[in-house]
Amino acid sequence: MTFEPRLTRNWSNPDAVGLDGYVAAGGYAGLRKAVTMSDADIVEVVKASGLRGRGGAGFPTGMKWGFVPRDTGKPTYVVVNFDESEPGTCNNRELVEREPHRLLEGTVIAARAIGCETAFIYVRGEYLWQSIVLERAIAEAYEGGYLGADVAGSGTRVDVVLHRGAGAYICGEETALLNSLEGLRGQPRLRPPFPAVEGLYASPTVINNVETLMNVPDIVERGADWFREVGTEKSPGTKMVTISGKVEQPGNYEIALGTPFRQVLEELGGGMLDGATLKAWTPGGSSTPMLTAAHIDTALDYESLSAAGSMLGTAAIMVMDESDCVVDCAQRMVAFYAHESCGKCTPCREGNWWATRVLARIEHGYGREVDIPLMHDVGKNTLFRAFCALADGSASVINSSLQHFTDEYEEHVRLGRCPLKDAPVAEEVAVS
Amino acid sequence: MAAAPQQAVFAGDALDDARRIIARYPEPHGRSAIMPLLYLAQSIDGMVSQDALREIGVLLGITTAEVEAVATFYSMYRLRPTGEHVVSVCTNLACKLRGAEAVYTTAHEAAGIQQGAERSEDGVFTIHEEECLGVCDHAPAVQVDFCNHDDVTPVRMRELVASLRAGEVPSPSRGPAFASFKAASRALAGLEEVTAS
Repeated sequence: MTFEPRLTRNWSNPDAVGLDGYVAAGGYAGLRKAVTMSDADIVEVVKASGLRGRGGAGFPTGMKWGFVPRDTGKPTYVVVNFDESEPGTCNNRELVEREPHRLLEGTVIAARAIGCETAFIYVRGEYLWQSIVLERAIAEAYEGGYLGADVAGSGTRVDVVLHRGAGAYICGEETALLNSLEGLRGQPRLRPPFPAVEGLYASPTVINNVETLMNVPDIVERGADWFREVGTEKSPGTKMVTISGKVEQPGNYEIALGTPFRQVLEELGGGMLDGATLKAWTPGGSSTPMLTAAHIDTALDYESLSAAGSMLGTAAIMVMDESDCVVDCAQRMVAFYAHESCGKCTPCREGNWWATRVLARIEHGYGREVDIPLMHDVGKNTLFRAFCALADGSASVINSSLQHFTDEYEEHVRLGRCPLKDAPVAEEVAVS
Repeated sequence: MAAAPQQAVFAGDALDDARRIIARYPEPHGRSAIMPLLYLAQSIDGMVSQDALREIGVLLGITTAEVEAVATFYSMYRLRPTGEHVVSVCTNLACKLRGAEAVYTTAHEAAGIQQGAERSEDGVFTIHEEECLGVCDHAPAVQVDFCNHDDVTPVRMRELVASLRAGEVPSPSRGPAFASFKAASRALAGLEEVTAS
């Protein structure tokens, strides 16, 4: 893992949270360069860098910007997705806590690239402190001339509006986020039209994740070749990972894409908590299929995780050890999707509600032999059968836990209890 | 005939606040202000009342039903009587793996709330089971009036509840403390005084 930190290089500098400290550390150099470039050249360097969206889907950022039509007569918008809510994920939170101006700088560069005068930052409501950090940074950026009527002496305007969510995971889905920002329920929209063509207020819109945009200032300042010096051919750059659960040093860390999970676990996570044995881990939040100890040498990048049957997602690694029951963990994860389902599609709204209860009865010893094929059936019929990816996340939990830990499911049913727990729970409590 | 409905929630300074919120959004997209307006209502009444839903509709030129459809979608709006302090305990996987269930149970015991109920009879506390709060690096994660408390143990949870009951404002793990659910709701409406530091 020998590389110069990029997104975290100022994390040891407490002054980097403020404008003066950020500028003293080299901040806003990317924007000052961007205002001398044409829109097309900004899009081109981001395309050439190979930067892919860090919010989960991994779509090439420069290509996304290039889709925005400029001749519609409508305004264009940049929307920053700071709704970070994928279970296990908290790197956007710390990136903003430590260096909010890097996000504003990336946002203003994106605005220039698509001719946008008003950018929106959608912050999840629970990030109240981080939203205040951003409000302060926005006020500083206006005073310093990095926002407002004459951005960095360019003669063009960029304003930023901060908008707080109110506790809905689904609003991280970009079209649900747009509905929420327009004052509607946060339910996803049919695509096409894609947001690049008809997004916020039916106008061309780019929606980018926080970490994605925070990579942009360096790319503009230092170039695409510099960006590609770290990472792999198809997954260039660094990635923030969050490692949590049964590890000695939970935290947010920056890695070169392609770093093996073993190295992240042992060197950054400090190894398993209390020297326990690794049992299972999610590579990219609860929505990405769980993997096992057999996958410990898998490289953390888009391609390698796909080949292993999972996804990089948000690179939120939640680690379970041998004392953790997979059925219990799966039940808790699926309960999350049941709670967060927006209710639009039947497989998600109903399937997750029932799956939560069937998993609870298996966990607590009231499972029937038919429940295991039933869960296979639910997982198969939820995956790719709903409007957005929320239900796919739930199906991934069900399918991957069944795939890797069938024996553990069967043992629950055979024993009539959880093999890892002593105290049984009354049936009416277990499945309530 | 009944008299025209009065603006009871959004009156005086609150009406000025509401107009400032609506002005944040580009014309003619005032409807985008519905979420911060719901937070503003919550900061005044400690919950979102039926009156507030109607008045937001009047302010934005939409129906009460349209406002209620939004208010009921999001878990951070409270449409029922709510404690002076809201204690939110994440029990999602990263926190569960570090002992969140015991913290959640302890929160109920300490606040004097039965499992399944959410508000203490004295009206001081509402305990809320949370989905991921985005503090997985310091699990179990808790928020008191939307301020973070990291690495919370059952012992720490008892201390938090005791200090709130004593009228103190516990220092959060990051950022300033808000003294109550109402005060935090005002900040969520974006009405905290923020100056360039």
